[in-house]
Amino acid sequence: MSELAVQATGVGKVFNAGRPNQVDALTDVDLTVAPGEFVSLIGPSGCGKSTLLRLIADLLDTTTGELRVNGKAPRQARLDQDYGMAFQQAGLFEWRSVSKNIELPLELKGWDKAKRRARAQEMLELVKLPDRGDAMPWQLSGGQQQRIAIARALAAHPPLLLMDEPFGALDEMTREHMQAELLRICGETGTTVVFVTHSIPEAVYLSDRVVVMSPGPGRITHIVDVGLGRHRDDDTRETDGFYDKITEVREALRGSRVAGARGIEDR
Amino acid sequence: MSAVAARARVVLPPIVFGVGFFVLWEAFVKLRDVKPFVLVAPSDVWSAWLDNQSDILDAMKVTGTNALVGLVIGTVLGSLAALIASAVRWIGELVNPIAVAVNAVPIVVVVAVLTRMYEADSETPRRIMATLAAFFVVFVNVARGLNQSHPTQLELMRSYAASSRQQFVKVRVPNSLPFLFTAIRIAAPLTVITAVVAEYFGGNRNGLGASITGFLSISKKDVGLAYVAGASVLGLLFFGAAALLEYIAVPWQRQRSSR
Repeated sequence: MSELAVQATGVGKVFNAGRPNQVDALTDVDLTVAPGEFVSLIGPSGCGKSTLLRLIADLLDTTTGELRVNGKAPRQARLDQDYGMAFQQAGLFEWRSVSKNIELPLELKGWDKAKRRARAQEMLELVKLPDRGDAMPWQLSGGQQQRIAIARALAAHPPLLLMDEPFGALDEMTREHMQAELLRICGETGTTVVFVTHSIPEAVYLSDRVVVMSPGPGRITHIVDVGLGRHRDDDTRETDGFYDKITEVREALRGSRVAGARGIEDR
Repeated sequence: MSAVAARARVVLPPIVFGVGFFVLWEAFVKLRDVKPFVLVAPSDVWSAWLDNQSDILDAMKVTGTNALVGLVIGTVLGSLAALIASAVRWIGELVNPIAVAVNAVPIVVVVAVLTRMYEADSETPRRIMATLAAFFVVFVNVARGLNQSHPTQLELMRSYAASSRQQFVKVRVPNSLPFLFTAIRIAAPLTVITAVVAEYFGGNRNGLGASITGFLSISKKDVGLAYVAGASVLGLLFFGAAALLEYIAVPWQRQRSSR
């Protein structure tokens, strides 16, 4: 595991280049993510945090700069299924049972049925829903659906997990519970995570480092080292160190608001 | 509000309205002493139904068979055409605008042309009409379903490095199923209407449409309206069966719409 999970050097993304509606979504992004690290991207709408995640996932192409994922070009990393992905909407396939949803990435990799079944059950146990394999997605609560989405993203045991506001649609209680679960899962599996959010406490609670971004054009303004150690639980949320880091991230965001052209548009 | 009361709030108003409508109709005809060649009372239609029940049921079978044949063939062909138009881009770009345009035309008018192309005692032109009616509804809706997959699901498939063929088979086709069953629910009563109206243009005299025109033209309004009632029952049967099929076949859709 000597390769960096993500290595971005001078990465930029321009939409509609040369046209009147040109948007500089990202400029000059330098970022490295070490294996096993948990890094959050936070910032107001239009700061390019989701764009950066999609560049890493090869759902978009970089306009400028050099981006490596697991030491490979993003396209190769995608073809090798080096990462799993989860979005704000669980995006479960309604016509497939929960198990079949988790099996889908394995099915596309050409795994045989018995192996797929076994792995799906392993993942169901990992997200603590061992009995729901035969359920249909619409029979699950929002939090359960998001657990299945995470189980599916991790089914192929990818070294990297990319998440785009995965808990954004959940209520506060479920959300905090899911955050703790995610830390447990990543601790057990050693997965590297790049996590997009617009919640400051969420970013601080989860991350080793919080990358603060700013719009107009989208760029990284600060990187906050959280340094709360690896073991975090509900008590962590009430420590002074936790509040200090929240303040630090908030001030970094505020600074970017002064520097930014458009200010914070909280969704 | 309890569940029963909530249910009653949904079910009662249309029942009250429907019953009230027939009561007013009956009262209007009886109290004003309206002549039977102008308007007949619901009670007269009911007795005409009882007198002619086996004939009406036979006519419902004839017309219903035409509608069902059209519905099945139209659904199969419409789905296949949508799959092809969606899988092969240039065919889709060629065919989709035409299909949308044709879908807006009351195609039952074509039956006058078709009837003259077949033997006088052939049911084929009527079945072709019902087929056409179902075909375009199914084609337009299934094509829409094939091209309207959830963006998150498509991004996921890309992240899994799925080929476009895998994406088509594993996401776009199943995603179009709710659209298919909605189309069948819309097309089912439409094929009945088409099969009935197709009989207005001549041919065999054994179906609902031919009987309706026949009895009305000899001023047997009560019998004619009894056949109209038969056509209504047939349409409702088709609709109900299609709605039930939809309910069973795409359960996630019913959850989505009830939330």
